Amino acid sequence: MAKIWVYAELNQGKVNPTALELLAKARDLGDVEAIALGTGAKAAAAILGKHGAKVVHVNEDKAFDDYLAEPATDALAALHKQGAPDLILFGFTPDSRDVAGRLAARLEVGLISSAADIVAKDGAFVAKVPYFGGAKIASMKANKKPAIILVRPKSFESSEAGGTAEVKELSVTIDAGSKRAHILERVVEASEKVKLEDAKVVISGGRGMGGPDNFPLLEDLAGALGGAVGASRAVVDAGWVPYSMQVGQTGKSVRPGVYIAVGISGAMQHTVGMKASKVIIAINKDAEAPIMKMADLGVVGDALKIVPALTAAVKAKKR
Amino acid sequence: MTSALKIVVTVKQVPDPNSALTLEADNTLSREKEVVLDPGDECGVEEALQLKEAHGGEVVLVSMGPERAKDAIRKGLSMGADRGILITDPQLAGADALLTARALAAAIKAESPDLVICGTESYDGSTGMVPPMLAELLGMPQLTMAKKVEVDGSNLKIHRQTADGYEVLEAATPALITVTAGIAEPRYASLKGIMAARSKEIKQVGLSDLSIERGEGAETIEGLADAETRKAGVVIQDDGAAVDRIMQLLAEAKVI
Ligand SMILES: Cc1cc2nc3c(=O)[nH]c(=O)nc-3n(C[C@H](O)[C@H](O)[C@H](O)COP(=O)(O)OP(=O)(O)OC[C@H]3O[C@@H](n4cnc5c(N)ncnc54)[C@H](O)[C@@H]3O)c2cc1C
Ligand SMILES: Nc1ncnc2c1ncn2[C@@H]1O[C@H](COP(=O)(O)O)[C@@H](O)[C@H]1O
Repeated sequence: MAKIWVYAELNQGKVNPTALELLAKARDLGDVEAIALGTGAKAAAAILGKHGAKVVHVNEDKAFDDYLAEPATDALAALHKQGAPDLILFGFTPDSRDVAGRLAARLEVGLISSAADIVAKDGAFVAKVPYFGGAKIASMKANKKPAIILVRPKSFESSEAGGTAEVKELSVTIDAGSKRAHILERVVEASEKVKLEDAKVVISGGRGMGGPDNFPLLEDLAGALGGAVGASRAVVDAGWVPYSMQVGQTGKSVRPGVYIAVGISGAMQHTVGMKASKVIIAINKDAEAPIMKMADLGVVGDALKIVPALTAAVKAKKR
Repeated sequence: MTSALKIVVTVKQVPDPNSALTLEADNTLSREKEVVLDPGDECGVEEALQLKEAHGGEVVLVSMGPERAKDAIRKGLSMGADRGILITDPQLAGADALLTARALAAAIKAESPDLVICGTESYDGSTGMVPPMLAELLGMPQLTMAKKVEVDGSNLKIHRQTADGYEVLEAATPALITVTAGIAEPRYASLKGIMAARSKEIKQVGLSDLSIERGEGAETIEGLADAETRKAGVVIQDDGAAVDRIMQLLAEAKVI
């Protein structure tokens, strides 16, 4: 059996959902151990066990919460010294990317980034990596041990496997030389009512919304449907809405039951983040926009007229 | 107290984002097309120039690529950077992130900068893995996804973009930072800047100058397949009944 590690990123003590998605895949590929570092690691071990980790290595040193990348790299390198796994999986999230890159350089093994799937082949691992804006899928075989692969969030569905993990204290001393990039403060700007990643319905607006003043139209529709509002990068870069709402290659990946793209052309860098949605509805003035070629229902018309009418219809139905 | 800063900016030459990417018959990216300085790195150059204007010092551009990547360096020089280093070597063709980082690290080490500025991810590679590898190889802390940078003596502070806001991060220089596209609007090169750039130095080095051997790559590309595409559904004109059609679909998906 291949020996696999899953780096279970913790965010202020909570398991990043991507870790659970990775476990769902990893347990099909081999024996899985998870590594959880920082405040909440021990509590996280129970959840990680339920999702398929047989062993969870924990260490609750505050340094993991307070300093970027280096303490976690030290911990993983220390564990690696005790015995190298065949594969280390990371989520393709900002915090995990920072750790994975450093670790790959320290172990001199390199890595494969931004994968959407992994298959075992002849004792090695092959990652499926969206390439060329998502139009092509490259098969990349990892040549080194351990193979390090970063997987895009929402690539797999998490599910419980019903086990209990053995919890092992990971002993590592984080010396001052690794306490360098100090996190002084965390500032939350966006207080989302429904989290974009978890929403059953996502309504995203693009440049076709005409301006930031029209985004409340989408908020109203989202409110009526119990969904969340997303956006294209074009409107995030223009400063209409915060980055936290961006869907796509450099934003969030979502796979809701219904995704409504409003005034979004459907550039590949956007669609790579939403094409796994179950149902896609597009509202666009232009019948030739790329988004129309992938939507289950494309409505050619003016978003500023259709969205309020739709909101009214949803509200009427609820009454 | 402000003390002069020596800043290295890594700059990559990439296919022009404004012209559609095309694939050759053998599935490699078409190299015939227009190439430009990576837009993300252009923001890095701008940030470096602003820091230099505030603190004094020097801005050095380092790129790895074919000889024509000099054009990307030249672009940054015409914006106001002081000099450039191009790492070019036939052995570097198809280099992966680790080899790229090793080559960049060797060239940058020789400069002993206070600050290294990279883009968060390159336009064509988009893996964002070169910067953390580079930081590790340089023995520097990394402060990533900066949307704001402040330097005070040897104290560096950034605002790191997060999913729901930002983090305030602090470290002592020397350090490596990656910058987001939102950090600074790149300036246009003036005619004077373009003229001045012609006589600025671009040093060219190869792998042997950096005492690096290529080694085995981390991965082998075994094949390239078309991604699964979603089948197109129906496209209707908004003739007044469109809202009903959407409602019908929402009901089928059980969200209303
Ligand atoms: C490295 C890289 C990473 C990227 N990452 C992302 C990413 O993560 N997410 C992302 O979204 N993009 C990303 N992009 C940008 C992407 O390529 C597109 O530029 C962007 O998605 C376009 O946004 P848009 O659809 O809102 O704007 P546009 O392409 O300008 O489309 C606007 C659409 O609105 C329609 N429209 C106009 N008026 C109306 C109206 N009244 N009613 C209805 N429709 C109307 C138009 O017909 C058009 O189709 C990235 C690009 C690069 C190079
Ligand atoms: N060949 C290269 N030459 C110079 N800088 C590079 C090169 N490759 C990557 N970089 C730097 O690393 C950043 C992230 O690139 P990547 O890791 O390829 O997504 C880029 O924005 C550059 O600043």
